[in-house]
Amino acid sequence: MAENAKAPRTAPRYSATFTPEVMSEIRRAAATGIYDIRGAGAKRKLPHFDDLLFLGASISRYPLEGYRERCSTEVILGSRFAKKPIHLKTPITIAGMSFGSLSANAKEALGRGATIAGTSTTTGDGGMTPEERGHSKTLVYQYLPSRYGMNPDDLRRADAIEVVIGQGAKPGGGGMLLGQKITERVAGMRCLPAGVDQRSACRHPDWTGPDDLEIKIGELREVTEWEKPIYVKVGASRPYYDTALAAKAGADVVVLDGMQGGTAATQDVFIEHVGLPTLAAIRPAVQALRDLGLHRKVQLIVSGGIRSGADVAKVLALGADAVAIGTGALIALGDNDPRWEDEYQALGTTAGAYDDWHEGKDPAGITTQDPELMKRLDPELAGRRLANYLAVMTLEAQTIARACGKSHLHNLEPEDLVALTIEAAAMAQVPLAGTSWVPGQTGL
Amino acid sequence: MPVYDLRSAGLRDLNRQLHALRPDTNETHWTVQNPDGAHAIAAGLDAPVTVEIEGNVGYYCAGMNKLANVVIHGSAGTGVAENMMSGFVHVKGDVSQSAGATSHGGMLVVDGNAGARCGISMKGIDILVKGSIGHMSAFMAQAGTLTVLGDAGEALGDSLYEARLYVRGSVKSLGADCIEKEMRDEHREQLYAKLKAAGLAGEVDPGEFRRYGSARTLYHFHVDNAGAY
Repeated sequence: MAENAKAPRTAPRYSATFTPEVMSEIRRAAATGIYDIRGAGAKRKLPHFDDLLFLGASISRYPLEGYRERCSTEVILGSRFAKKPIHLKTPITIAGMSFGSLSANAKEALGRGATIAGTSTTTGDGGMTPEERGHSKTLVYQYLPSRYGMNPDDLRRADAIEVVIGQGAKPGGGGMLLGQKITERVAGMRCLPAGVDQRSACRHPDWTGPDDLEIKIGELREVTEWEKPIYVKVGASRPYYDTALAAKAGADVVVLDGMQGGTAATQDVFIEHVGLPTLAAIRPAVQALRDLGLHRKVQLIVSGGIRSGADVAKVLALGADAVAIGTGALIALGDNDPRWEDEYQALGTTAGAYDDWHEGKDPAGITTQDPELMKRLDPELAGRRLANYLAVMTLEAQTIARACGKSHLHNLEPEDLVALTIEAAAMAQVPLAGTSWVPGQTGL
Repeated sequence: MPVYDLRSAGLRDLNRQLHALRPDTNETHWTVQNPDGAHAIAAGLDAPVTVEIEGNVGYYCAGMNKLANVVIHGSAGTGVAENMMSGFVHVKGDVSQSAGATSHGGMLVVDGNAGARCGISMKGIDILVKGSIGHMSAFMAQAGTLTVLGDAGEALGDSLYEARLYVRGSVKSLGADCIEKEMRDEHREQLYAKLKAAGLAGEVDPGEFRRYGSARTLYHFHVDNAGAY
């Protein structure tokens, strides 16, 4: 027996299929009988912009001087049909996020930060608040299936209108704002009793399909005197056809949101298993616009997991006109800040992983309607942080563009890029680094 | 009072002129001829004027209306009076689907029948249909009243919130969480007021109607109710 006890033993071995995380989720499901709901976007590892590199200048390409030669960043959105297109100083916009899912202070901070940076911010499900309108120089008004808070006065007060068909975190899905976050004010704006779970429909109530969409866009233009740019936002699922159909329906701007794009609250299984990674969606969308002769005429805004100026530069190099950020903007405001670690621990999580945004207990005061928690977010300071972050991202993108010899961010092109992985090379349709191989397009 | 020939002068010019009207305008009665089924006629009005449309209209006629009284002497396509805030829209003929969708206020009266999804996501409007309504009407209806003198199609009031539904005829089936409720005096009074507003006081007996509303069992998501969706 003693000899056997000393014999080498097989080391404990975890399954690559039934990982500790997977087993934990099975136990949770077995205990509760309900799927996991959370905020944020896809957390799984996906082919992403980190898998691309810029080549920079060389003998055949010459760079621009970093601190002297101009590299422009401004962008015009809505030049196709709108009488009053939007002019932005930077192509980094703030994505749609609702008052209700976010606190009023957070919405105000987003408006303040965007305005300092010379860019736009966007409303969300639940309508437009006076604070948000007041602090946002350029405000895009989302027109959503639920039409919560939708009224024609706000439509006319907006600078652009975004018809939301879907979002990257849940293409084909609606939403649910749980009763914990439905205060009297939120409920009043949505014409519902306080405290009830508010379902957001996944389909628009008065149109179906691309032909109807064209008629709906026509109505929105009539109501707003053909002044406002009309965006159409889609979750990345069939980007070639969705972009083509949105353009055909008369959109000025197409917003394409990949699966890393965040949500206020959706089933984890939906977030992680439906839709395309942002990287995979851009080239088909750009191709659709090219095929219609509308590239740069109908602008393309891409969102979903954009974190840095490098990401911005890569998205633009692949053919987009602008980007939108949501999760990154919330982090800049103070979301998941380690300063609240004790409270994250008390909620059973940790700073950096907190995603129970639907519960309304956010220690950072952002994804909550709790008056005490909300006070923790100073909208002026938070807005300043967001403006700083936007400035850094813009400077980073300019740095890369100058290194590639471009005098405008829009002059970046796929030729400036290579990929580190075969997957990224195939999705971005650029060569694998060190080769001339573009999977699916050229032979080895 | 202005008479506008839509066929010759075009939709944009009509809506531009209607939108330019101030609350104290003297041009309080407009007639639109030859609508020819055009979409978004008189959408986005915001003045206490009357617009009479002599013929059939397409989608979203009187959409997002505020204050105005719009009379359609014909039938209307999808989404008539959608997202109306206030005012009065009267359709002399039939209406297609999603009539009065998401509307916050005002009143929509349909002399004929309404198609599917009548009053979908309604948020405070009063809708009165003298004929019958199609399937999935008052889906996710949040507030307001839907009164039907005829019959209702399948899945009436599915996932209903606080809207009140009054139906005189038969209901093919009720949607999830929609139940028949007791008709008390307060409801008969409310129904009488709506009938009166539609010019039917004394002609229709509120006592002939049944009331339907939310059972409120789906107000908070619970796994035991998953089968109801």
